[in-house]
Amino acid sequence: MSRYSALSLLHGALNGQKHWQPAWRDAEPKKSYDVIIIGGGGHGLATAYYLAKNHGVRNVAVIEKGWIGGGNTGRNTTIVRSNYRQPELHNFFEFGLKLWHGLSDDLNYNVMFSPRGILLLGHSDADMIRLAQLGDSHRCDGIDAELLSREQIAKLEPLVDLSPDARFPVAGALIQRRGGTARHDAVAWGYARAADALGVDIIQKCEVTGFTQSGGRITGVETSRGAIGADKVAICVAGHSGHVAGLAGIKLPIESQTLQAFVTEPVKPMINTVVQTVGLHCYISQSDKGGIVLGGDPDRFPSYAQRGQPPQIEKAAAEAIALVPALSRLRVVRTWAGVTDMSFDGSPIISKLPVDGLYLNGGWCYGGFKATPMSGYSYAHLLATDAPHPLAAPFDFGRFARGSTIDEAGVGPWPEQR
Amino acid sequence: MMLIQCPHCGPRAQVEFTYVRSMDSIVPLDSTPEAAMATLYARDNPRGVSDEIWRHTHGCHQFMTIRRHTVSHDIVAVVPFGEALPS
Repeated sequence: MSRYSALSLLHGALNGQKHWQPAWRDAEPKKSYDVIIIGGGGHGLATAYYLAKNHGVRNVAVIEKGWIGGGNTGRNTTIVRSNYRQPELHNFFEFGLKLWHGLSDDLNYNVMFSPRGILLLGHSDADMIRLAQLGDSHRCDGIDAELLSREQIAKLEPLVDLSPDARFPVAGALIQRRGGTARHDAVAWGYARAADALGVDIIQKCEVTGFTQSGGRITGVETSRGAIGADKVAICVAGHSGHVAGLAGIKLPIESQTLQAFVTEPVKPMINTVVQTVGLHCYISQSDKGGIVLGGDPDRFPSYAQRGQPPQIEKAAAEAIALVPALSRLRVVRTWAGVTDMSFDGSPIISKLPVDGLYLNGGWCYGGFKATPMSGYSYAHLLATDAPHPLAAPFDFGRFARGSTIDEAGVGPWPEQR
Repeated sequence: MMLIQCPHCGPRAQVEFTYVRSMDSIVPLDSTPEAAMATLYARDNPRGVSDEIWRHTHGCHQFMTIRRHTVSHDIVAVVPFGEALPS
């Protein structure tokens, strides 16, 4: 695998661009592997990469029913941040945010990570107290957080409606400057290329239809391309975790729901950060191509359909226009939807399952993209050592039975209210 | 969007309804604590036909049981809550 560099680009430019090679092999399944990872999204590919790189486990296959990065990795709003309130969550995501900051160099692939800042607006004195508490919880653990005045917001985001008669008057904001956005496809492709270079087999159009077991232990998977043996099988299919774990007879604290996003026609730079608010639930950012990327709430009922319902788009658009009135002049050119694993405390599950040899990485709710590097990093640690990574230890499967859930929103086992 | 046949009001747009929870998450009053926890914290979450409780929140306020496909969103049956779904 040749390294990408300025020199290789220059060399290619002078030689008719004939140097480009496929970034990964189209592997045929072998008879067996040390580890099979089900799911070729960002998380699965990252897991394979860190298994090979950090733990020297290279006899690994990533099997994907469609094409890599065609699921939720390609269906999100590309936001990366670590500004959660609870220590278990923000310490986990902060480790991941540090990985994001070095990811392009690490993978030798430009993931276009852009730390442009996550701006969380507050609309009242009570909101500002809440934001100050949130910021304090970050700074106690060494995570950046800064309260902004209305004047500072006006400088940073001049198009946010700061007038006193705004539908949602802005009182101030909390910003995490090291958060931002990344190019979602590049994340999947970069991890795929880097994992492939370390010997990982990436097998596309290969759907898991069942598990093979012997003596109460998982011995491999049945797929649309035949049976493949494995010492360890790692489920990494967030959105479809309930279905795949169901093939092994395991019920999960997860309900699948649809989450939508949409993008406008491209325009000149007008949104400089990722704009969110504590009072509403919409998020606004501008892609490098110029489109305004918007997202909102999940559809709030169980669904495995990769298409959404118009009311949530309307709600998110209404909120976005109330915050940034200039958005009303833009036309939406595309909407899309992904299937999310809504877990019963809003936090992920990275854990062994009750069947020997079977592992689960899922339950990411609508926050999986930002977790991609850390999810793979900690899942690889679990698969290689059979012990959880210290930062992922709180996210074990057994926490629900013990009553030690990590519930950022504090709503209990009702995913439709999250 | 789905068109839901409310047993009391007839066909109405989905926006009038709220999903409440799936039928497999109802905790019987005489459950043991372990069984209650298992029921609260685990779901079949089928990729296929699912039985669910919905409410006509922005209409007649009544609860109903809906049998629905979670991929196609086809509605197989709707009955008032408490009545049995057709087998």
